[in-house]
Amino acid sequence: MEDEVTLTIPMHHDMELEVTRIAASVAEAMRLDKDKIDEIKLALIEACLNAIEHSKSEEKKVHIKFKMIGDRLEIIIKDYGVGFDPSKIKEPKIEEKIKSPSKRGWGLKIMRSLMDSVVINSHKGGTKIVMTKRR
Amino acid sequence: MLEQELTLSARKEDKYSVITTEGYINNPGGEKIALACYQLMDQGCKHFILNFSQSKVINSIGISILIEIIEKVLELKGSLCFCGLTNTIAKTFRIMGLTQYTQIFSTEEEAIKALS
Ligand SMILES: Nc1ncnc2c1ncn2[C@@H]1O[C@H](COP(=O)(O)OP(=O)(O)OP(=O)(O)O)[C@@H](O)[C@H]1O
Ligand SMILES: [Mg+2]
Repeated sequence: MEDEVTLTIPMHHDMELEVTRIAASVAEAMRLDKDKIDEIKLALIEACLNAIEHSKSEEKKVHIKFKMIGDRLEIIIKDYGVGFDPSKIKEPKIEEKIKSPSKRGWGLKIMRSLMDSVVINSHKGGTKIVMTKRR
Repeated sequence: MLEQELTLSARKEDKYSVITTEGYINNPGGEKIALACYQLMDQGCKHFILNFSQSKVINSIGISILIEIIEKVLELKGSLCFCGLTNTIAKTFRIMGLTQYTQIFSTEEEAIKALS
């Protein structure tokens, strides 16, 4: 059986928290354990924040879809912004960040570490991230 | 959404200070923690325990502010440790390598014991 929940959020402050509340309900319904739900929440916060901060989307919206596929939760985060080339993003290193004036650049790494899989599809018309977590 | 806005309390002891937070460690939340730490540094404090047991969510901007605080603590040859982290926040800090510079304890008591 496959069920879906979709939602669209405006690019406002702390809207990413509203998304995590829905994610938690969906994941609880699928009987994912507490730690996995927390991991999904943090990864989702990062994906939403990136869309909010970097996409420069004119419609100023982030589209999120939760797909419940058996014991697998698939989450799709989409923006219609400027896009980016993920292969050009350097892996952050704490030894460098601690001395550097810019401490940022962790979101993608956090997403990839906390989810079972993260696929980024990005081009000039926007960015689509598909991430999954199994029960 | 407002209920998530970070509040904190700071307690200065002889050898260390404890900062206990409640709520979302995002950009403004991280700034509040940094301000509290820098004020304590001005009063001569070098060793910090950050108790996050009432902060269940964090984001990368908040974490980057924590890295700034860690940098300042290292310059002072002090120390910073965390306690009360959710498993996921602890995992995230480990993945990032923050544990090279800070320690993670389950409880405040354990953190205090390690500093005394
Ligand atoms: N949805 C997006 N649209 C456009 N660019 C993006 C998007 N997501 C990520 N990027 C680009 O990828 C870079 C790396 O993202 P990442 O989340 O790892 O770090 P950051 O957002 O710069 O900092 P941090 O996440 O630590 O706060 C961003 O700086 C941005 O250039
Ligand atoms: Mg980011």
